[in-house]
Amino acid sequence: MAQLIDDDPRIIEFDVRTDEMLVNMGPQHPSTHGVLRLVLRTDGEVVSEVEPHIGYLHRCAEKIGENLTHRQWIPYTDRMDYLAAMNMNLGWALAVEKLMKYEVSEKARHLRVLIAELNRIASHLVGMGAYGLDLGTFSPFLYAFREREKILDLFEEACGARLTYSYITVGGLTADLPPGWLQKCEAFLDQFEPIIKEYHALLTTNAIFVKRTANIGVMSRELAIEYGCSGPVLRGSGVDQDMRRDGEAIYTAMYDGYAFEVAVMKDGHYPRDHEYPPVPADAVLGDCWHRFFVRMLEVVQSMDLVRQAIDRYSACKGTIGEPLKLTEKMPAGDAYLETEAPKGQMGFYLVSDGSAIPWRVRARSSSFSNLAVAPELCRGCLIADVPAIVGSLDIVMGEIDR
Amino acid sequence: MRGPAFLEKLEAALPGAVTGRNLEALDPWIEVAPERIADVSRWLKESSEPRFDALECVTAVDWCEPDPKKAAKVAWQPRIEMVYHLWSTAARVSLVLKATLPRWKNDTPGELPEIPSVAGVWRTADWHELEVFDISGVNFIGHPDQRRILCPEDWEGYPLRKDYEMPLDYHGIRGR
Repeated sequence: MAQLIDDDPRIIEFDVRTDEMLVNMGPQHPSTHGVLRLVLRTDGEVVSEVEPHIGYLHRCAEKIGENLTHRQWIPYTDRMDYLAAMNMNLGWALAVEKLMKYEVSEKARHLRVLIAELNRIASHLVGMGAYGLDLGTFSPFLYAFREREKILDLFEEACGARLTYSYITVGGLTADLPPGWLQKCEAFLDQFEPIIKEYHALLTTNAIFVKRTANIGVMSRELAIEYGCSGPVLRGSGVDQDMRRDGEAIYTAMYDGYAFEVAVMKDGHYPRDHEYPPVPADAVLGDCWHRFFVRMLEVVQSMDLVRQAIDRYSACKGTIGEPLKLTEKMPAGDAYLETEAPKGQMGFYLVSDGSAIPWRVRARSSSFSNLAVAPELCRGCLIADVPAIVGSLDIVMGEIDR
Repeated sequence: MRGPAFLEKLEAALPGAVTGRNLEALDPWIEVAPERIADVSRWLKESSEPRFDALECVTAVDWCEPDPKKAAKVAWQPRIEMVYHLWSTAARVSLVLKATLPRWKNDTPGELPEIPSVAGVWRTADWHELEVFDISGVNFIGHPDQRRILCPEDWEGYPLRKDYEMPLDYHGIRGR
């Protein structure tokens, strides 16, 4: 009998320590935010190793980009971070405009800020609501979606789509706002502002929520930079970097004259331009709670930016101008541009051989780099903390797999 | 900051590593001998001023024209161009490194060209290089665990090569 066991290669696992176990989490799992598969090596409740497997949503977007003109690829950028499609459109449009040295009209510029910041609010609302779901509380999700719905209604009225907009395009926007839209948008902001307090009561200061997130998955600033993390994940670790302020001229020019403070902890406190609940005593800079909190601050900050953009947009005379032709030729050369999307720095690299069809397009996804750090953060945590950590990174698989 | 003085220091520290430059481009770039890429990266991260502590993106661009009629007209040589986008979080400046590889090692189709991995310099390069290996077909020497990351493990070919042909059948799934 003993001889038989030795000979059978399938029984080799008897040699493995009996208390270690491989747990497969996903790709169909509600708290992996899409089709992400995590293989956990566990010892009882303690996770010793996490290995993410990605690629389930790979749609060859970069290859498709080599066969379409620059403007025809806009709908494919929608489907990357489909929760913030406006910001994806903007990233690609600006990268092409950088290569073509094209500048949009001032009115279009303010409209872009307005739309992109509104989409940032919507994206962070999903991030917040879904994070509650990950931790086992259902109601914040409904509260978040109730308000997000109103933003989607606004977008639907502006461009006809609720999720994949293709609204911002190379050389401007596909259409101007319909009459009465700005009033509706302002009404939404007025109604939305007091609701932020509700969110803080539901999650930010909720004792259970704090227990589940404070001092969990702590990421040092060095680790965050080493892994190329960006956006709220990077700022949650205390790195003062925001492409809207620190990026390239073509992007920062968009925010010229706008007043905003980067949501990051500096000298032991967050920006004091708004009231917000105090940081819990257990929270450590770089943990899940701080990553979540940075997003909440950005919601308020984006509201400010939307208000400023409304003022500036309405002060502009004339039209937003026409976008570039579908077949407008690009100069030969290459350009790389990173923009601050809600999930982090979204980079588009574009190589042109002089025709309207790019020779090579590359999408540098923020979630891709943010997810790569998950194995480091999950080492030695409890199984129940894995969704808390992965959820705090706020990833979107459409952007990771492209 | 990214001007000639910066390059002089790099050349003094690592003679012969820089093989080309274009400081007037939209994104100023320097071209590095492929076998020195890891040394240059380490120098840029640890010793240069400013320190390029973040790697944003790794890309491979395939310069190849599969159509022989068009290929006769193009001005460039067939090659694989590796592009690394670096960023300095302290100084908030970027830098682009480029390296030129042959399309196939020893001109034998199917033999992947090789370049040293920079995953030991910036840990984020780990996944980025996996992606380049997977879809552009470049071997990274010294990579801790080279495998396909986006495509299935048993996928054949490298989709972002210009002469790639879509398989007509994959486990009974029709390709066209």
